[in-house]
Amino acid sequence: MTSVTLATPVPADWRDFVALTKPRVMTLVVFTGLAGMLAAPTRIDPVLGFTAILCIALGAGAAGALNQWYEADLDAKMKRTRGRPLPAGRMTREAALQFGVGLSAFSVLLMGFALNWLAAAILAGSILFYVLIYTVWLKRLTPQNIVIGGAAGAFPPLIGWAAATGSVATLPVLLFALIFLWTPPHFWALALFVETDYAAAGVPMLPVVAGERETRRQIGLYTLPMAASAVLPWALGLTGAIYGAVALAGTAWFAYLAARVATRTRAPEGDTMRPEKRLFAFSIVYLFVLFGALMVDKLVLGA
Amino acid sequence: MSETPEELIRRRQRDRARVMGLVLGALAILIFLIAIAKIKAGMGR
Repeated sequence: MTSVTLATPVPADWRDFVALTKPRVMTLVVFTGLAGMLAAPTRIDPVLGFTAILCIALGAGAAGALNQWYEADLDAKMKRTRGRPLPAGRMTREAALQFGVGLSAFSVLLMGFALNWLAAAILAGSILFYVLIYTVWLKRLTPQNIVIGGAAGAFPPLIGWAAATGSVATLPVLLFALIFLWTPPHFWALALFVETDYAAAGVPMLPVVAGERETRRQIGLYTLPMAASAVLPWALGLTGAIYGAVALAGTAWFAYLAARVATRTRAPEGDTMRPEKRLFAFSIVYLFVLFGALMVDKLVLGA
Repeated sequence: MSETPEELIRRRQRDRARVMGLVLGALAILIFLIAIAKIKAGMGR
């Protein structure tokens, strides 16, 4: 057995590699990917279906790891992210990069060999989009960064559908649009009531750069096309009545909450920001319920 | 009693090797099951 000298660096704990993949973000990615796969008009073998979801989760984890590798300097400046493995010094940047690249390649290759190469190509595209377009290029450049980030998070239903069918159709594109357009109102509602230190870290978030009034206006603006893309799958006859009823009711409530946030002005003192908090909380439930309804619709009505 | 740096390094290496072993084992089983599923799908054509 070779002896361990003081010069030997302490290897990172395996839990830190798990933390690098942002497991909490993965929950929504897995759920929407599964919904996209189950909404497809073909039956998929359970083992292959599991493999597709695993690849989507691993791809998202790899993108998260590469994001943390690139943003280690930024994470070190913010309270919320200071404890992550890289800024806390529990892992070297080199290890994070190797892990991220390795996991990306593995998830894409497994998807290609086990399912099909269209799904693998979209998965590869989503990882590259999140890492290169969002993290490296636009996040520190424009206050619309969250819109671009939303596109990266919107790929899973498209990948799930492509994994099941080997093609892309109108429904998964509408589901992509729904998540893409849902992200800005969801995130900016949070940004209105949570004091973040993004500005100190040099990230141009909309409330800081353009002000609260403009942020509220943009929440209202993005809600309109989001509502359309939520209801369109049913209106076009691509889903059944269960999804239609849930989408109509849920979207009406979302639009009401968003309109309240868009049209109000913060009280000069003691404003508890209740409407903003309600919109943020409901936006999470809304997406889960809508994608849940899509799966129930398919299982019950076979729509 | 606190861990010496050498003990910490050895423990981390052991833990990582154990997790890696489990992951590789699960991957071998998954690839076997994928192969079976693909063969079944091919026979159904």
